Order: sequence, then structure tokens, then C-alpha cells
Amino acid sequence: MSQVQTAPRTIVDRQTAVKWLRQMHLIRRFEERAAFLYQSQKIGGFCHLYNGQEACAVGSIGMLREDDYLITAYRDHGHALARGMDPKPAMAELLGKSTGCSTGKGGSMHFFEAEKNFLGGHAIVGSHIPLATGVAFAAKYKKTDSVCLCYFGDGAINQGSFHEALNMAGMWKLPAIYYVENNLIAMGTQLERSSAVLDLTVRGGDPFKMPAYRVDANDVEQVAEITQLAIARARAGEGPTFIEAITYRFRGHSMSDPQKYRTKEDLEKAKQRDPILLWENRLLQRGWIDESSLEQMRDEIKEEVEAAIEFAENSPEPGPEDLYTNITVAPYIPQESD
Amino acid sequence: MPILAYRDALNQAMAEEMERDDNVYLMGEEVAEYNGAYKVSQGLWERFGSRRVIDTPISEEGFAGIGIGSAMVGLRPIIEFMTFSFSLVAIDQILNNAANMRYMSGGQFSVPIVFRGSSGMAGCLAATHSHRLEAIYSHFPGLTVVMPATAADAKGLLKSSIRSDDPVIFIEHENLYGEKGEVPDGDVLTPIGKANVVREGSDVTLLTYSRSLINTLAAAEQLAGEGVSAEVIDLRTLRPLDLDTILTSVVKTHRCVIIEENWPYCGIGAGVADRIYQKVFDELDAPIRRVTVKDAPIPYNRNLEASMLPTVDRIVAKINDVLYRNA
Ligand SMILES: Cc1ncc(C[n+]2csc(CCOP(=O)(O)OP(=O)(O)O)c2C)c(N)n1
Ligand SMILES: [Mg+2]
Repeated sequence: MSQVQTAPRTIVDRQTAVKWLRQMHLIRRFEERAAFLYQSQKIGGFCHLYNGQEACAVGSIGMLREDDYLITAYRDHGHALARGMDPKPAMAELLGKSTGCSTGKGGSMHFFEAEKNFLGGHAIVGSHIPLATGVAFAAKYKKTDSVCLCYFGDGAINQGSFHEALNMAGMWKLPAIYYVENNLIAMGTQLERSSAVLDLTVRGGDPFKMPAYRVDANDVEQVAEITQLAIARARAGEGPTFIEAITYRFRGHSMSDPQKYRTKEDLEKAKQRDPILLWENRLLQRGWIDESSLEQMRDEIKEEVEAAIEFAENSPEPGPEDLYTNITVAPYIPQESD
Repeated sequence: MPILAYRDALNQAMAEEMERDDNVYLMGEEVAEYNGAYKVSQGLWERFGSRRVIDTPISEEGFAGIGIGSAMVGLRPIIEFMTFSFSLVAIDQILNNAANMRYMSGGQFSVPIVFRGSSGMAGCLAATHSHRLEAIYSHFPGLTVVMPATAADAKGLLKSSIRSDDPVIFIEHENLYGEKGEVPDGDVLTPIGKANVVREGSDVTLLTYSRSLINTLAAAEQLAGEGVSAEVIDLRTLRPLDLDTILTSVVKTHRCVIIEENWPYCGIGAGVADRIYQKVFDELDAPIRRVTVKDAPIPYNRNLEASMLPTVDRIVAKINDVLYRNA
């Protein structure tokens, strides 16, 4: 059932196209600055950056309606920003501040924004895939035509949760769209050392009776086109779709990764197909942007991200009393030993 | 005696046991080519090859079960969880299969397996990645639960665990990997089920294990300056518990504080305190006090996370409580 998309087609108007470019630049800049703040120890724990994969989130989330849902793994900054999360609470979350999108309790791996139907970043590999199926179940149950996008890595499809969740989605024709963001590596394990078959559409499609597509996720327009198809199918009650989005992560897995599993040349070669460059060039060719509007866009984004950092740095830390908030519906009764 | 980091002591234990017994193998995520997420298996793949040091996909339930199955027919797997937080994905295999197999088969099958890996609050890892699950595992008959605090015990206990004929839950602490200590050369085993009196004292018994041994010793040291003589016991094995060593000490000091990086309710200290009350209630001059992590999920924010842990101050306060030194 797998199909391979090739030639890009113009599927959005100029305004949306430029907005997508802006979002991709915003994500890139946000991540670069996050990396810097991590190195200056303002961000702690794990921090998985989305550099190189921007077109996947932007091209797919860009096709959603407001009443649709999305959920992803721990590499979640890009998805949040693509859904329109303000960079301020996003950055504040990285700094652990109470103004963060999860009030400083979730951190990099656990971004949430209920208002935008963003059901979170999830840090246990594979754990959120059944949640996506559950959200799709609820959409159908409530007789709406909302859909749920679910993102996970090539490593995550080796969890039992993936198979269990996709089987039920396929059987019950639930309006879910599953994206395996295949960046060819899971931490330090290349795809050929984690999967018995390398064509992942084989693993996500036929076994669960859903169509499966492979898409070049460096091309935001191709991602959008396939997503459009999948959304139409889901809204029509025809069931889920599996999409293998071929991509590449430009940075290490988290922040301390010696990256011995690839060469500098591998990385440089991948960067020649940087999704932002590709999109920028296409828009230049179409005459939808020019050098000066690009320049202006980059400047605005720089300012926006710096403003986010300033907001985050000036925001208050959660206080000691916040330890016991949002654990259960209030009042939470801690079972302390004294 | 050579000085080794906790991480290298674990590495040495695995290397020596693999050298000694071809049935011992190491399996888990990133254990081979990447040398382990925390570099505990550094060099083992190079030395022992892909037959015995095996990278897996991210399939904890699958490879835990593979380990158990292979152990039922004679192999001695060491299964690494990158952190014990991820063992939750495999918990059916561990609790239903590994823990029960000897019992359910009427003694026909044993499961000589070690599940090992890091754990704990190690700095901004947040709620999903900071778990300490020893209370859950210790709850289950059939499992042995070991938590070394020092480099020497890391090596000695891991060697004993690998030789154990029962499933061992061997929980390390991420923040201990770099801790250095003297480690005896060669085939020195730390027995499972034996606590260690780390510091002798006569006024109060402090029971702890894993990382909180460090703060507990610091609290004992601080109070020594004020004339309080604290006995510090590193439990080392949580199941089976070394009740003899505990009771001998409590009968001597008549006071006890239990320190753990674990939630209070149904935590290890709750179980240990119960054992003490059942056996020597009359010997106690004060109720047993406990220092645990705060009863909340683990926050990302650095300050909130730090506020949850058993600090020296919190330990000293509880010691003062049982000594009635507060007034
Ligand atoms: C259950 C579980 N096992 C292991 C991990 C540690 N871990 C975090 S991300 C990761 C690699 C995931 O790779 P992939 O799914 O390809 O996503 P990518 O990082 O490439 O986006 C691993 C092993 C985890 N978080 N959860
Ligand atoms: Mg990947």
C-alpha cells in the first residue's frame, strides 16, 4: 500500500507559504538559542532539539483546524511552536519558570498547551501513541470530525504500544494520523540496527489495514499534501493513515552526544537538503518572497526569540508551595512521613 | 587498594563475570556500540563482541522477556535498563514472569537474571525520568532487590547478583556513577542480604542505602561535633532485608531514623520500620522517624526538585527528634 511522493505541488497560498517559512525559521532560532542556554546551564536535564526536522511539524500541523489535536514525543519544541505556542512560555518552560507552558514542572520533554489542543510532549518512548488513538477514539465517539496527529521516532515503533494502538485504530477506523519521523537514528542506533525491515511503511500500513505513505519530509509542501489526503480520509470516517516522514536531525540526540555514529560528511551532506533552505529557494523562485523580506523576517524572529528569553529570565521560579499543586483535584493530601 | 569510580566498578564486575562464565551476556539499549548511555559498559562490546554484548531496539518489554526466557534455559543475562524509569514498560515481564517462575513451576524453572540500570532524581529529568522503584520491586516475593551505595559494593554486589540463581533487581543511581572509592581487586564478592555498618555509634541508628548514604554520613559527622554518636547502616540489599544487623543496632541505640530517596507512603522505610516494631518495640525510646522525598511527582524545576530530597538538614532534624534534642 505504500506510495512514494515525488514532485511538489503548490497546495497553499502565498500567505500560508510564507507563514510556514517563518515558523520554520522560528523553530530553528528557538532551538539554537535553547542550545546556548543549555550550555550556560540555564536549562537542565534532557533537551532534544528539532533542527533539521522543522518541515515535518510545520507542513502537517499547518493543515489542521483549530479543533484538531496533536501529540508528540519528547522532541517537542518544534511541534508546539508550529501549533502556534508563543515562544515566551515555551522558553520559560525550558528555564523551569512558573510562566512556562507546563508551569516549570514539565521541562523540555513535557510541553503542553490545552488551549491549542496540544496534548503534550511525552518522554517515555512509545508511551503516547495509544493516547493519540484514544484522542481519535474520543473524536469519533463524540461524533465530531476532528482528527489527531501523532508524531514519534523511528525508535518508537519498536515498542509494543505502537502495535497495540495502531491495530485498534485500524480496526475501529479512528481519525488518527501517525507520523514516524524517520531521522534514521534512535539515540545512537541506526535504523538498520533497530528494525527488521527498513521500509517503515511496511510496518505501519498493511498490518493495521491503513494506507501508508513515505514522504520526503525535507519538503514542507510534500508533507502538507500527504497530510491533506490523510485528514480528508479521517474526516470522512475512513480511518487512520500512517506516514513515514523521511528526515534528519542536525544536532545530537540530546545535549551530550559524541555522535560517533555518523561522520561530519554525513551531516554536511544532509544539510545540503536543509528543509528551510529548500523552502526558501522555492519561495524565491515563485517570487513569493525576496531577499529583503527574508532579511526582515529573520530580524523579526531574532527579536521574537530574544524577547522570549528575556521574558523567561525575568519570570519567577515556582515557589515551594507549588510542589503540591496540580497533583490531584484540590485539595491534595500529601502522605508525608511527618 | 585501587580507587575506582562506581561506574568502572560495575564495568569490572561485568567484565570479570563474563570472562568467568560464557553464559553471562549483557543486553539493552545502547549498551554495545555506544558503550552505554552512562558509559557503564564501556569497552565491553569491543572485548566480548556482538554475541555477548547486544544492542536492542527500544523494546523493553521484549528484551526483558527475551532475557527471562533465555535464563529459563540456562543463560545468565544482565539486562540493562537505561534507567529504571523505563523498566515500567517491562514490568509485566519482571513481576509476572521473572518473579513467579520458580514458584509457579514448582521449582522446575529458575530465572537467574540481573536487571540493572540507573535511577533517581539526577537533575531536571522531571516526572517520567526520575523514578525510584525499589519499593515496588521489594514488594514482590521472588525478587531480590539490591542497591549499592559505594564503588566497592557496586562491584561486589553485581558479581553476587550475576551468580544468583534468582532474578535480581539491581538499582544504581545516576549521580553515583562518578563517585570514587576503594575497590578490592579480583574476585571479591559482597554477599546479598548483608547490610554494612558503615559507621559505629551508640546513640541512634541511621538506616539508609544508595545515594542518601552520602548525606546520612554527613549528618552523622555534623552531629558527632555536638556529641551525638550515630551508627550508620547501609542496607545494601532491600530484599531479603538483613534484619539481624538492623535489630542488633537498634537494641544497642534504642533510636532509629530511616533515610531514603523514595516516596513516604508504602516506601521502604515503612516496611523496615514495621519489621523493627514487630520485633523490638519495647527497646525503642522514641518512635522511628523517616526522611523521604516529598510526596509529590518529581518536578522539572531545579529548586523544587532539590527541595524534595533528604538533605543533611532534614536528616539532622529527624535525628534530633528521636533524641528529643529539639526543645
Ligand atoms: C521507554 C523508553 N526507553 C528508552 C528511552 C530513552 N530514549 C529516549 S529517546 C531514545 C531514542 C528514540 O529515538 P527515536 O524514536 O528514533 O526518536 P528521535 O530521538 O530520533 O526523535 C531513547 C532510547 C525512553 N525515553 N523511554
Ligand atoms: Mg529517530
